[in-house]
Amino acid sequence: MELICPAGTPAALRSAIDAGADAVYCGFNDETNARNFPGLNFSRDELRKGIAFAHSRGARILVAINTFPRASSVALWQRAVDDAVDAGADALIVADIGLMDYVARRHPNQRLHVSVQAAAANPDAIAFYVETFGARRVVLPRVLSVSEIAEITREAGCETEVFVFGGLCVMAEGRCSLSSYATGKSPNMQGVCSPASHVAYKETAQGTTSRLGGFTINRFAPQEAAGYPTLCKGRFSTEHGDGYIFEDPVSLDATTLLAGLRTAGVAALKIEGRQRGRAYIESVVRHFRRALDTLVDGCEADVGSLKPFTEGQASTVGAYRKTCGDRLRSAMNERSPDAT
Amino acid sequence: MQLSLGPVLYNWAPERWRDFYFRIADEAPVDVVSVGEIVCSKRSPFFAEHLPDVIERLQHAGKQVLLGSLILVSLRRERRQTEELCAGEGTLVEVNDLTCLKSIKGRPHAIGPFVNIYNETSAAFHVQQGAARICLPPELPISSAAVIAATVPEAVIEMFAFGRVPLAISARCYHARLHKLSKDNCRFVCEQDPDGLALKTLDQQDFLTINGVQTLSHACTNLIGEIDALRKAGIGSLRLSPQDCDMVEVAKTFRDVLDGRRSAEGASGRLSELYPGAAFANGFVRGQPGFSFA
Repeated sequence: MELICPAGTPAALRSAIDAGADAVYCGFNDETNARNFPGLNFSRDELRKGIAFAHSRGARILVAINTFPRASSVALWQRAVDDAVDAGADALIVADIGLMDYVARRHPNQRLHVSVQAAAANPDAIAFYVETFGARRVVLPRVLSVSEIAEITREAGCETEVFVFGGLCVMAEGRCSLSSYATGKSPNMQGVCSPASHVAYKETAQGTTSRLGGFTINRFAPQEAAGYPTLCKGRFSTEHGDGYIFEDPVSLDATTLLAGLRTAGVAALKIEGRQRGRAYIESVVRHFRRALDTLVDGCEADVGSLKPFTEGQASTVGAYRKTCGDRLRSAMNERSPDAT
Repeated sequence: MQLSLGPVLYNWAPERWRDFYFRIADEAPVDVVSVGEIVCSKRSPFFAEHLPDVIERLQHAGKQVLLGSLILVSLRRERRQTEELCAGEGTLVEVNDLTCLKSIKGRPHAIGPFVNIYNETSAAFHVQQGAARICLPPELPISSAAVIAATVPEAVIEMFAFGRVPLAISARCYHARLHKLSKDNCRFVCEQDPDGLALKTLDQQDFLTINGVQTLSHACTNLIGEIDALRKAGIGSLRLSPQDCDMVEVAKTFRDVLDGRRSAEGASGRLSELYPGAAFANGFVRGQPGFSFA
């Protein structure tokens, strides 16, 4: 299985490859990619140099052009495609159907991957992308179980790639407007979710309140660490109780499922986090490199060392080990400290 | 400009669901009605027995009927159901997931608001595949809608004009989770909330609405004051999404404004009476946060 690692900067790209990445994915420093954060991502020149470095080390570069082009500005996204192809990208990761059509027509020999943002969650949807655009790989959403992944991989006419570590979307990716409802900025349009520009923390005697675009997303007791207000991982209130209604602030960590994913026929494992620093990249990539190498030797993977890099210092195997009961965690019993 | 009625998104009692559509057929001044369970495949069997009668009544009343496809297709059963829907002849399918395209491409169909069409090249691609109507994603600003409408004049472009906005879909059922039930053994608890389950912030500020695997806004979209701008943008149809209020009167109110019988200001007041307690929003269409109202 190929290990695909994130890079938000040229330094992170080099770190990822040094730490054992088979491939690195990155994007241009504009709204054409889904991690459009200030100070992050690559200029044309940086991408060209990054690709040269990767190729010299036997690694590949996948360029994510995976937001949905804004009407009347489609040329900006098409230029990103042209420039990435021109720079020698090994594959393009694309979400928008019009842009996939452009890639297939203009650059028929370019390897095309279907972004997780395209929400291809079953073999029929995948078949459409393969038949229509010649897609070679699909990145599967983080809402499937390993057995579902195995079934899809068996039937899909292309390779599958799954996330093994990092942020965990509980909503179908590419189909979520929660962030734009609260802030006007969305993953699909601006490449951001719960953007820092709309975050505020308010200190009171009872603790810290985190807010996003005018809505309270969480409230922490004085001794409790205040987490980032990612909308779907907030604490909210309903007539049935308060708590983490959608998901706890946890990260995905599928280290213990690597053997199962290999048996499922998955071609590539992806680490989320182009917005994360070099320390994260180095540690997480090294961890998975080691886990994959020992997997080949038939040993159990080393687990537990990634805690500092998870959201809320907690991790989950997410939907990958989905059974009837285990999605029902303690969420509902947890009342906010000062909620009345 | 046409008025269309989107599918009922909530889990209403089957008889109530049937009677709702019978009354829509008999009394509501809408041109197009999209029917079918699109949120949760587990709910579908309850409506199946009434669906043929509902379709017949609507068609007999001169409404164009669309059959909505499931938004999130994962299980083998859901794939089969989607394929059968797309294989049918006669009634136009409203595609809510690209799963449908594998079999429906090349034949006329409609596209619902759950397919990502954000720009003119994607719209043109879908029209080429056979899309005759496109309801744009609710988060799209009117500036984008205008460009799309001008690029594909052969298709009817529709905007989401009334109702809580569907914001997200998940494999996880939040109704079941809240009731400490598994999704497979959910006991259909979502039927307790015919207008969705209110989710507030810890400060008790209204925020979102839970509907099983779907999350909607708390605020109710109200584009009745935007009708002139929508007309100028080339929008050919306005979608009204059923809420637990008098949708016949809501449709009449929109029709009155479209036909110049009522002012937008007066009509908005009328909508407040028809859907008491609703907070209105039009932020998305103005390129603002979706909850806002100007």
